[in-house]
Amino acid sequence: MDGGQDMGGVWSGQVQPEPNEPAFHAEWERRAFALTLAMAMPGGWNIDMSRFAREDRPPQEYLRLSYYQIWLAGLERLMLERNLVSSDEIEAGKPLHPARPVAKKLTPEGVAGMLHRGGPTEREAARAAYFAPGDRVRARTINPPTHTRLPRYVRGHVGVIERVLGCHVYPDSNARGAGENPQWLYTVTFDGRELWGESGDPGLKVSVDAWEPYLERA
Amino acid sequence: MTGHDDHHHHHHDHDHSELSETELRVRALETILTEKGYVDPAALDLLIETYETKVGPRNGARVVARAWADPAYRTRLISDATPAIAELGYAGRQGEHIVALENTPSLHNMVVCTLCSCYPWPVLGLPPVWYKSAPYRSKAVKDPRGVLKDFGFELPAGTDIRVWDSTAEIRYLVLPMRPLGTDGWSEQRLADLVTRDSMIGTGLPKQPHEIA
Repeated sequence: MDGGQDMGGVWSGQVQPEPNEPAFHAEWERRAFALTLAMAMPGGWNIDMSRFAREDRPPQEYLRLSYYQIWLAGLERLMLERNLVSSDEIEAGKPLHPARPVAKKLTPEGVAGMLHRGGPTEREAARAAYFAPGDRVRARTINPPTHTRLPRYVRGHVGVIERVLGCHVYPDSNARGAGENPQWLYTVTFDGRELWGESGDPGLKVSVDAWEPYLERA
Repeated sequence: MTGHDDHHHHHHDHDHSELSETELRVRALETILTEKGYVDPAALDLLIETYETKVGPRNGARVVARAWADPAYRTRLISDATPAIAELGYAGRQGEHIVALENTPSLHNMVVCTLCSCYPWPVLGLPPVWYKSAPYRSKAVKDPRGVLKDFGFELPAGTDIRVWDSTAEIRYLVLPMRPLGTDGWSEQRLADLVTRDSMIGTGLPKQPHEIA
C-alpha cells in the first residue's frame, strides 16, 4: 500500500546517530518487542501480515508513532482481528472474556529453537526463472491497496537483473492470507540517475530485491 | 543491565505524557495476554535477554575478522554467506538468507530498508533507532554520500557507492576493507577494529591506533 512506510527518497533530513545506543530505550520497548515475537506463535500470523498491520494506518499516524509504538499498534490489530483480545479488554487493562483456544505457546525452553529456526522463505521452484542476470527490466507501475514490497521510488524505472535469489514466498499473497504463492526473486540494480534524474549521483547504484510479478522486460 | 532497570515500581501519577500512557498500555497488555495463557513471561524475559546480551554486532565482527584473516573463509563468505556465517554459530531469525557485500577501494556498499527495518539480526542484533528513522530510510537511496557526511566521513572521490535496499527476506552484511597496519594480527584483535556501522556501510573500521 502507498503508506507512510514507503520512505525511499522522500525526504532529506539529517540522520542522527546515537553514540553507544542501547538495544532498548525503555522497559516498555523491551516488553513490546518480546510480546510481538512471542504472540506470533499462538496468533498464527506470518511476517507479511505483521508488516501490513504496522503500515496500514494513516501516514501522519505512522510518522508520529515511535518504532515500537508501531509494533504495539500492529500487534493489537492482529490480535483484535482474531478475537484473541477485544478492545474493551485493552481499554480496561485486564481480561474480561474467556481466552480463545490456541494451538501453541512460546515456552522458555522453546525460545532458542524458535529463534534458530527463523522463518526461511525460499521454496522449491515449480518452473524456471523468467529473467537471467544481465536482463534489462522495468519495475511495474503498481499501487495496490494491499501489502507490497515494491517501493515507489523504483516503479516505472529500468534496471538490470544482477542476481537470481531463488524462489521465495510472495508477500503480496502471503499478507492477505492467500497462500505463500512462491515467486522468483531477483536483485535488480538501478543507476542513480535513472531514479533521481540528471542531478543524481553519477557514482551511485541502488538495488532492490524484487519478485518476478513486479517486473517486465524492458 | 536489565536487573538494575526495573521500571515496575515507578509512579506515573505525575506524568501523563504519551510515553507513560504507552508504558501503561504495554504493561496492561502483558497482563491480559499472560492471564489468558497466550504468553509466558519467562519466555519474554529470555527473548529480551537474548537480544540485549547475546545477539549483537560482536557476532558480525567475528565474521568479518575471520574473513580478513582466512582467505578461504572469505571466499566462502562472499560466495554463500548463510552457511559461512553458520560455521561460527550464527543463524536464524532475520538472518535466514544472508548476502555479504565486499567493499573495495573503488566500491563502497551501504545497506538500508526503506520499507521498514530489515536488518541481519544474528550478526548485528537489533537495528539502531537511526536505521529505522525516516531520514535514513529516505536519504540512503538518494543521497548516500550525504548520509555518510551525517556520520562524519567522506568517501574518496572516485569511490562508487552501492546501496542495497532490503525489500525481501535477504539480509545484507557489509564486509569492510581490512585496515592497513594489521598484518599478523589475531582474529580476536582484528574483531576489535570492526564497528557495527562498518558492517552497515555507514562507517569504517577503527584504525589500529584507535584500539591501542
